[in-house]
This record gives sequence, C-alpha cells and structure tokens, in this order.
Amino acid sequence: MNAVATETLLDVRDLTVRFRAEGGTVRAVSGVSFSLRRGETLGLVGESGCGKSTAAFALMGLLPGNGQVTAGEVLFEGRDLLKLRPRELRALRGNRLSMVFQNPMTSLDPAYSVGSQITDVLREHRGLSASAARAAAIDLLRRVGIPDPEQRFHVHPHRLSGGQRQRVVIAIALACDPVLLIADEPTTALDVTIQAQILNLLRDLGSERQAAIILITHDLGVVAQMCDRVAVMYAGRLVEEAPVGAIFAEPLHPYTAALLRSIPSLHSTRGALAVIEGTVPDLSHPPPGCPFAPRCPRRMAVCTERIPDLLVTRPGHSVACFLHGGTA
Amino acid sequence: MNATPLLEVRHLTRYFPAGGAVWLPGRAPRQVKAVDDVSFTLAEGETLGLVGESGCGKSTLGRAILRLIEPTSGEVLFRGQDIVGLRGPALRELRRQMQMVFQDPYSALNPRMRVGAVIREPLDIYRIGTPAERRRRVEELLERVGLDASYATRYPHELSGGQRQRVGIAAALALEPRVIVADEPVSALDVSVQAQILNLLHRLRQELGLSLIFIAHNLDVVAHVSDRVAVMYLGKIVETAPAATLFAAPQHPYTRALLSAIPVPDPARTQRPRPPAGEIPSPLNPPSGCHFHPRCPEALPICARVAPSLQEYMPSCTVACHVAARRLGLPSLESPAYL
Repeated sequence: MNAVATETLLDVRDLTVRFRAEGGTVRAVSGVSFSLRRGETLGLVGESGCGKSTAAFALMGLLPGNGQVTAGEVLFEGRDLLKLRPRELRALRGNRLSMVFQNPMTSLDPAYSVGSQITDVLREHRGLSASAARAAAIDLLRRVGIPDPEQRFHVHPHRLSGGQRQRVVIAIALACDPVLLIADEPTTALDVTIQAQILNLLRDLGSERQAAIILITHDLGVVAQMCDRVAVMYAGRLVEEAPVGAIFAEPLHPYTAALLRSIPSLHSTRGALAVIEGTVPDLSHPPPGCPFAPRCPRRMAVCTERIPDLLVTRPGHSVACFLHGGTA
Repeated sequence: MNATPLLEVRHLTRYFPAGGAVWLPGRAPRQVKAVDDVSFTLAEGETLGLVGESGCGKSTLGRAILRLIEPTSGEVLFRGQDIVGLRGPALRELRRQMQMVFQDPYSALNPRMRVGAVIREPLDIYRIGTPAERRRRVEELLERVGLDASYATRYPHELSGGQRQRVGIAAALALEPRVIVADEPVSALDVSVQAQILNLLHRLRQELGLSLIFIAHNLDVVAHVSDRVAVMYLGKIVETAPAATLFAAPQHPYTRALLSAIPVPDPARTQRPRPPAGEIPSPLNPPSGCHFHPRCPEALPICARVAPSLQEYMPSCTVACHVAARRLGLPSLESPAYL
C-alpha cells in the first residue's frame, strides 16, 4: 500500500489490440484507458482471456507476430511507447520498465548462469565494468533473499526451485531501478508460503524505490493485499476502475460484484457461491452492446444495443455500465 | 461420526526410489518418503480436505488410497475390509466404490472419445445394463452434473474447462461410488467457474450421500467445502481438525504459517503476512526430527531430534508438534532417553 499522489507516470489511452486468427480478427483489447502514478500499485484483474495480459504485453511492445495495436497511446514519462523505434524501446525495457512473468523460465535463459544473466542487464543498461556488475549482481541476489548469493551467482536456473527462480527474475527486474514494473501473475505458480515472501518483496520495491507496479492477477486476495487501485477487465474491456477499498466494499459493475461473491471461504455458505451463468463471449464475434450483457442478472434493453462508456461516477471510481448512467 | 468409519487409513506409506537411474553398488538406494506413516478416517457422507504445499504428498496419498499407486505399507480399510492386498475380482468390485476426479480434465479425458463414450466407458467395462440402458444412464449423468444430453456427442476440445470438469465428475459418478477422491478439481479453473463446480460437488454430496476426499492447495476452497481438514507437510499429516476449529484455532506452527500466508480478499486487513522463512526442503532429504523445524519460529531443541507423533488434544482434533503438545498439556515425548 503506497498511495503517493504525485505526477502521472504512465497514461494508457484507448489501447486497442487485435489478433489475426483462423476464425477472423480477435478483439483482444478494446479501448482500454488507465493511468498510474509513481509508487502506486494498480491491480489489473479479470478471468482467463479477458485481455489483461495482452494489454500489458502491448504496452511493453511485446505482442506476438499476429497481434497488433490498432489504436491508442501509451504515454510513459511523456513519451508514447507505441511510437518508439524498436531500439529506443529496448533501451527502456529492462531499464526504466521491467517485467516479471508467471513462469520464471520465460525470462531466464537455461544455458547461462544466474549471475551472468543479471550482469548482462547491468552492463548493457548501466555500463558497469565486469567486476562492478558482479558485485552489484551479488548484492541484488542478496536483496531478493537468495541464500549464499556468491555461490548461487554461478548456478544455472534449473538448479533452483520455482520460488528461487522467481526471485532471480525479480533481481533482474530490479537491476536498473525501474520506475515501472509489470508483474504478470508473478506468484500464481508458487506455493502460498513462497507467494507471501515474493509479495513482500514486491511490496518493499514499491515503498522503498517508489516504483509503480501493474500487478496482473486473477487472485482477488492478492489484489486486496497489494494494490492501491484496481482495474477490472471483461472481454477485452475495462468495466470498472476504483481504489481497492471501494472495489471490495461497493463494486458497481455487476461483473465485479459477481466475481467477489464467487470467492469461497470458511464463512461462505456451501452450495450457494455466486455463479456467473453462461460463458465469456467469443471475441472474434463479440455481441453488440455491453460484452457482459448476455450473462448479466441486471440486463436492460439498452445493454444489448449499445456499449456503455467508462464514466466517472464518483471521485476515482469509474464504471462502464448503464445502471450507473450513460443512457443518454 | 460413529461406528465403523467408511474409510480408515492406517500407517499408510509410499516410498519412491530416487537418485538416478543407475544403482551403484555400495551405495544405499535412496528413497523419497512421499507418504510417510499417514493415518486418518473418513465417515459416511463426510468431506475431508487434504491440504499442503507442493511435494507434501497429498496427491500420492489420494492415489495410494485408490491403489492407483500401490502403497509400500499400511492398510486402507473400506467398511472394515483391508483393500491393500486385494486382487482380481475383489479389487474390481472395490474400484466401483471409490473413484477419482482429476485436476486437469483436459488431460484426464481421452481427446478421441466423445463425451458420451467417456462417461459410458466405466459402464461398458463393468458390463452394466443393456446398450439402451447405458445410453439413458449417460443422459441422466450429464443432467446430474448440469449439462444437457446433447453434450454426449461432443468432443472434449469443444468444451470449456468448467464443462470438461463436469464431464470428469459425471464419469466418476457412473458406477455409483461411495467415495470420491478429488485431486485439485478446481485449481485450473477461473474463480466464477470454480464456484460452479464447488456448488455442484456440494449438491452431489447431498443428493447422493457421497464421501469426499478433497485435495487442494487453496485453503479458502478447502475451508469452504470440508467438514474436516488434514494438513500435510513433507509426507506426514501434521494436524487434523474440523474445518472451523482448524481455521479459528490452528495448533501446528506450519498450519498457522500457511493460514497467515493466504492473501485475504479484504483490503481492510492490512497486516503484512509473515510467511515462514526459507523453502520447503527436498523430500529426498527431509530434515531430522520434525520436518518443519528448520522453518519453525517456535522450534525447541527436541524438534530437531525427535519426530512428533499425532496426538489427540480434543475429540477429532490431532496435532503432531512438541511445542503444541506442551502448550496443550499433552503427554510429552521428552523422556530422559531423548534428552
């Protein structure tokens, strides 16, 4: 929790991503806008296929070949990342911008020692000498809680446990003191006690270094404990955005509300968890109107005709739903 | 919970050979004690949650109970009869009574078989009913798990994850088992779909009076579905208690650590979790004494030397911990012989 109200670091406007696929064009992300201040942690949540990871990959310029940003701006420290040349973007990634993925082996090269993968980043982006980079790398390994960092420096990734590998990835991500870290399901593959350790590490990064974090996750418990603000996505669209307290206390969008009621716990009544009937729409042929309308318990006639805009309903809380205005 | 339990597991053990493909003379063969002297009971109609982190042996235990993996030693009593030595027709008969639901319904379902054939297969194998009766039974099972009869002609790849898990459950129910072992049945599913499957399992329990062993790493899910919970760590059960008791007053330091590590979906709870330090040790080379002692914030000198045994501290509540035993005033293992 590090709500520090300072200048806007990242401003994503109307981001739209399409994929070419066999069945036609998949509208993976449609008109997503959000912004992030320094030191702030934004949770990007939603279920499989809602576009949360695609949105993050798009703003990092890391879409696969069949994906394309067809509209929008991603202003990072005032520059549009989408307009940068590949070389300029590469200079930012791993430096001012960093990423941590669900599977640490996405980021680690099995053929190189853990240490050399960290020193590569340090030498590339910070121009350190070999010996300075080595010392800095060992220091980073120590900071992320790797025991015996001098020894582990020489070890290859396969010799480490899943939690240790994720720590190494975080060490690489921290190597250049990023101001923005995008973490895509960073703890989903980890056991719960290890998850708690890694989340503590990310929390410290946010508070000590004033880094902004976009935390992509499907785990609402993680969101509640880590984030300042939450953006909920459904079928490629942002349906609600609010401070974390408001999302949990008074969710406005019927999808957010249903998602929260479907979490089981010791106190939830057995056999009576909230269920969202139906399935996520096919994004190559999205229904007209609100994408959630076909499954929405509070659907009105207008919902199947037009797409609701994301409107600010109270300070800091916006929602895209005709129940909360926008019928004009 | 009276009389003979439906299922009783006594001192069940499963070791796996480990340490490379080649056995070198003069070196003792190494073993992983995946399940190490586990005992518990399951009452008629009860749901027992089995929780623990990777490598704690929960899945091996589930499979050993069904003899999908042969136990190394120990007994599994179904209605008082030991099933570990069973063979041939007796084993076949027993398998009807106990079925399994798997984590990943996609790899559990044969991609070349239509859904109807998947569900019918157990009926074919056991030669139950005429072909027409089997077809009717398949429709009835589909309906029971909330799918309409038209799904019988589809292939698994045409279904969503939640629908596939429904098919997996329908197939497990085909032979009218008394016990279902469900191994992480919802962990591959999104939360709203997970809720559907949990509701379904609850309804089936009520309608069919099933007993369930529910294996999961997600404590919220386990708390929600279970009457009683057993917590495992490196092959051993460290604590058992009714779900409400376990979550309100956990006794084992590992259970406490596990509970405090779960991110609570309530932003008002801002207490920073204090997970146990370090990693889960390799099951190949578990720590001496209590396996949890190197990570335990309360460990005593005895914990490194003597493995604590499960002791009952209240009816249907057990814990294997020297520290908890002291706190609860249980007979201690600290006889002079150990000190």
